[in-house]
Amino acid sequence: MRRIQVEVNGVTYEHEVEPRLLLVHYLRETLNLTGTMVGCNTSNCGACTVLLDDESVKSCTMLAVQADGQSITTIQGLAENGDWHPMQTAFHENHGLQCGYCTPGMILASVSLLNENPDPNEEEIREALEGNYCRCTGYENIIKSVQQAAGQTS
Amino acid sequence: MGGGLARKEDPNLVTGKANWTDNIKLPGMLHMSLLRSPFAHAKITNLDVSAALDQPGVVAAYTGADLADEWPGGVPCAATVTEDQKTPFQGPIVQDEVNYMGDVVAAVVATDRYTAQDALEAIEVDYEPLDVVMEMEAALEDGATLVHEDMEDNLCFDWKAEAGDVEGAFEQADVVIKERYIQQRLIPNAIEPRATVATQDPGHGGYVVYSATQVPHLAKIVLSLSTGIPENQIRVVAPDVGGGFGSKLNVYREEIMALVIAKKLGTPVKWVEDRSENYQATIQGRGQLQDMEVAATNEGRILAVRATLLDDMGAYLQLLTPVISVSGAAMFAGVYTFDAFSCQIKGVFTNKTPTDAYRGAGRPEAAYAIERIVDSLARRLDMDPIEVRRKNFYEPFDEPTATPAGLEYDSMNMQAAVDRALELSDYEGLREEQQRRRENNDPVQLGIGFSTYTEICGLGPSQALAGLGIGGAGWEAANVRMLLTGKVEVATGTSPHGQGHETSWSQIAADALGVTPDDVEVLHGDTAVSPMGRDTYGSRSLAVGGIAVHLACEKVVDKAKKIAAHMLEASEDDIEFEGGKFSVAGSPDQSVAIQDVSATAFLGANIPEGMEPGLNENMVFDPPNFTFPFGAHVCVTETDTETGKVRIRDYFAVDDCGPVINPVIVDGQLHGGLAQGIAQALYEEAIYDEDGTLVTGSMVDYMIPGAPELPNYTLDRTVTPSPSNPLGVKGVGEAGTIGAPPAVINSIIDGLSPLGVTHIDMPALPMRVWEAIQQARGESAGEWTSGGGIQAESADATQGGDE
Amino acid sequence: MQPVSFDYEVAESVDHAIDLLKENGEDAKVLAGGHSLIPLLRLRLAAPTVLVDVGRIDGLNYVRDDGDQLAIGALTHHRQLLHNELVQEHCGILGYTAGLLGDPSVQHRGTIGGAVSHGDPSGDMPSVIRALEGEIVVQGPDGGRTISAEDFFLDYLYTALDPLEIVTEVRVPKLSSDTGWSYKKFSRRSQDWAIVGVAAVVEKSNGNIGSARIGLTSMGSTPIRATAVEEALSGASPDDVAEAAKSADEGTSPASDDAASEEFRRHLARVWTRRAVEEALGR
Repeated sequence: MRRIQVEVNGVTYEHEVEPRLLLVHYLRETLNLTGTMVGCNTSNCGACTVLLDDESVKSCTMLAVQADGQSITTIQGLAENGDWHPMQTAFHENHGLQCGYCTPGMILASVSLLNENPDPNEEEIREALEGNYCRCTGYENIIKSVQQAAGQTS
Repeated sequence: MGGGLARKEDPNLVTGKANWTDNIKLPGMLHMSLLRSPFAHAKITNLDVSAALDQPGVVAAYTGADLADEWPGGVPCAATVTEDQKTPFQGPIVQDEVNYMGDVVAAVVATDRYTAQDALEAIEVDYEPLDVVMEMEAALEDGATLVHEDMEDNLCFDWKAEAGDVEGAFEQADVVIKERYIQQRLIPNAIEPRATVATQDPGHGGYVVYSATQVPHLAKIVLSLSTGIPENQIRVVAPDVGGGFGSKLNVYREEIMALVIAKKLGTPVKWVEDRSENYQATIQGRGQLQDMEVAATNEGRILAVRATLLDDMGAYLQLLTPVISVSGAAMFAGVYTFDAFSCQIKGVFTNKTPTDAYRGAGRPEAAYAIERIVDSLARRLDMDPIEVRRKNFYEPFDEPTATPAGLEYDSMNMQAAVDRALELSDYEGLREEQQRRRENNDPVQLGIGFSTYTEICGLGPSQALAGLGIGGAGWEAANVRMLLTGKVEVATGTSPHGQGHETSWSQIAADALGVTPDDVEVLHGDTAVSPMGRDTYGSRSLAVGGIAVHLACEKVVDKAKKIAAHMLEASEDDIEFEGGKFSVAGSPDQSVAIQDVSATAFLGANIPEGMEPGLNENMVFDPPNFTFPFGAHVCVTETDTETGKVRIRDYFAVDDCGPVINPVIVDGQLHGGLAQGIAQALYEEAIYDEDGTLVTGSMVDYMIPGAPELPNYTLDRTVTPSPSNPLGVKGVGEAGTIGAPPAVINSIIDGLSPLGVTHIDMPALPMRVWEAIQQARGESAGEWTSGGGIQAESADATQGGDE
Repeated sequence: MQPVSFDYEVAESVDHAIDLLKENGEDAKVLAGGHSLIPLLRLRLAAPTVLVDVGRIDGLNYVRDDGDQLAIGALTHHRQLLHNELVQEHCGILGYTAGLLGDPSVQHRGTIGGAVSHGDPSGDMPSVIRALEGEIVVQGPDGGRTISAEDFFLDYLYTALDPLEIVTEVRVPKLSSDTGWSYKKFSRRSQDWAIVGVAAVVEKSNGNIGSARIGLTSMGSTPIRATAVEEALSGASPDDVAEAAKSADEGTSPASDDAASEEFRRHLARVWTRRAVEEALGR
């Protein structure tokens, strides 16, 4: 077991964890932060995407011990004081989700994109989301959502 | 209705507050993990789970023999399509023999999922590998390896329907075309894997099964039939469900195991599917060999269609396996009217994962075959593909009309849809551009492909379903109740998993009751919340379940009207209802709001004598006919002739699903369906090797398209109401998966036809397209040299392709 | 699935990492970003007893201007390379290619040291570094050494790295202003490994080609150079590119699999080499 200290959604946690514990299971099982989901076991689908120090990472391809001393934002920490992040609003207003299972990861990957590139074109948005699969929407409304959050549409 | 209301479902989903099955934690809950066979066919010669039991944290470990008495019904199949259909017994855990890679050999239950997973490795098991049979034609040969040794052959069923003089039509025809098409196997890939939690119902007898399912109501029945636990002792809850696409229209062995083990141990048991398990053990879709024939005149008039199909069952029959192809059989006639039709289907066992419903389920197969062969007919006759289609369309109709295959289509106006699609896509302009590229020997060629399809939706009239061999019960139920405070609860038997029923049903109820959608709460996905229900699949929810909501609301209004008349001291005949208000005809000042009527009805002190208190109405709607949405799709592809890479430049879809309740949701359904249809056409295939190993065993190898792979969609619609229900709605959930594959493949072939390409199988991945080009050119692939394209030295050679 | 149990050690320095590897023997594995290793652990295709996490070692995440070369710390993430100004100015092909590896979330974690150490012939970075004639700096118990890319990649998933050595730096040349480059990746999906990739680094000279270096991805058990094309292009005119590219698959041994047959890979290598050189000439 190994002791780790992690800040998640602004709260500092300390736990003894098995080294093999995946970050996504630490979030879901240890912290009960069930907004982050598992969709595959090969780093392809992106359902488990969280922000690690404001950059998107796949929490199923990281060990909890690797996050020791770092800061994580999950979908449950994205809204501030109950006000949705503009990306959350944009997904809602553009019907950028259907079943919603990929949505937390998709939203966080999109937030990470705009952190790096505040004004991406459509191709850049599509390429930036290549590691987040959605089986419901066909992606068009997700692209529109990101464009709205980037201020390209209203 | 008709407004693009933003969805009520979204707030929980965009903030991470949804309740997925894997989120459920119950006191004392244990985790189940399953040992699956790495072989496609083998005898189990030794199995010992005792070492697993010795591991810390392991509570129980079971073999098939340990639990055989707990599931006398095995994993039931609900479909019998012929009297002599063979239905092999599927025990949730096998006993002596595994029949596909992923078949379950043993189960371990432990305090957490890591421990359960570790313990699997301690199980001792020896296999004696048997020969496998992977291909359907080989499986039907004399002396073929048998998937199930107790059966005389691998034929599950042989089903046939024929109408008119098919033989005669083929003899008289000017033109006969026969082609073989392959519907590859597909992995549905709901992004939420399956998950189940079974528990004794605390404080109550019986059991609760939480499951990531499309069909809680069907599951309740099937779990009872399998285990012998009385139906009234089982409650099934579908919490938030992360996509289904047919893969969760099933009741699986793992749900049965979790229930049985929870019962045996007296403690909650959770099982969560790994993606690798999902690929092996959740049903796959399609898997059909199609020999398609058309007889026609030189003028392009179709005389007859004959479809001869082999349909891959896999190793066992799941809930609906044999009926998937049979339910699509009549759709091989497509949107064309002619005199003679036959369809023969042989269901075949192979050592593969069972197939069952995957989005479209029987209709994409049919639409693909008829739309491909109509294009081939056009090529043979040197006609425009649209002109051949127009010669064979029905005249527009709005009352049920008999088809050559024995159905009655409800309403159709293909001409309007086609006209709009041609206009939207600027068809003439596209043909001009195509001609320019051909003349310039552009290495990137433009293809224009059509699909004019119809589908059978709104499952369905109970009598018709009985005729298909699935008993009946195609109805759907709703309960609508107005509460003391004027709020509305709608309990529906449909079970959404992304379709937005909470929003759309709120719109239907709000419209009928004169309240706002925010006043309506839709309850679903729980057999205790809606005791009667038939769940969500087959584009049935709106055309059957939504109608039940609408009709239940009408009943509420009818009763409220009587109470309003009583309150207003007027005759019921003089009461008018509009905008949520009952008023006396000619005296608009004399009125009462439906909320006040509701309170009065609830209190019961001032209602007509003898009337039951409350506004609480049930409706079970059994439709008189199916619905038949239709549409015209135009797919514009650019194919790099040097690399075989296909890019969809534009996709135009004009779909007619009748009147629309929520256009935003309808467009979303179309987008998603088109994406999955394009995925079948261009990317996805479940591939097994000759030993029966699933080669595409993870998302690394199975080609789910991501955002860069898919286009934007240009949508429009025509509106032809269905006479099958009072709202005229038809359903839209599967339109895209049905319309898209032939449009895409027809488009690629159209683009490459000057090179002599007449056929490409799905998925049209680059190597396959490149090989088709090589073959058409009559050159062997090995002698092909770079710089070829259509013109070797083209200056534009770097365009398209990789970017 | 989840990994089997293992111990976990954090290396504080390169020397510490080497000590940890020495202490724990051959069942120890180095963990950096984890994007090659953790998926293998999850599928239980690898089961090391100890992971030595080098990801926290200070001072291995940098891009430095070092005379004729750029020196890149082994822990530099792909996404950092994509956005790095020095890389953009002096060795654009490296940043461009880093942006093609996996997806952005993978690029945020995956490191150049890891991509090189893994020695995967279907990885994009190794063939680019070969075309650049880069160098790999490694450190072991007996000190450091610098290995040319040519000598580094020995076989499938097998490099010149000794078991107790770790990669600390990758060095690539600063490209002159008359050097064009291209990396053409052919994959079925954007996220996938390359079916074939072609890295072209082309020095231009008075409207002709001075010299060209071509690296091929997924055309054998290691990243390889298309030497026949390079020779044909040496001093050639741009008009000779199509003919020269026809020998791109000479001396290669591509695999046949469900993604592509050997023949198709050979064909793609020829087409893609032509397009890559043409693109490099225009850049």
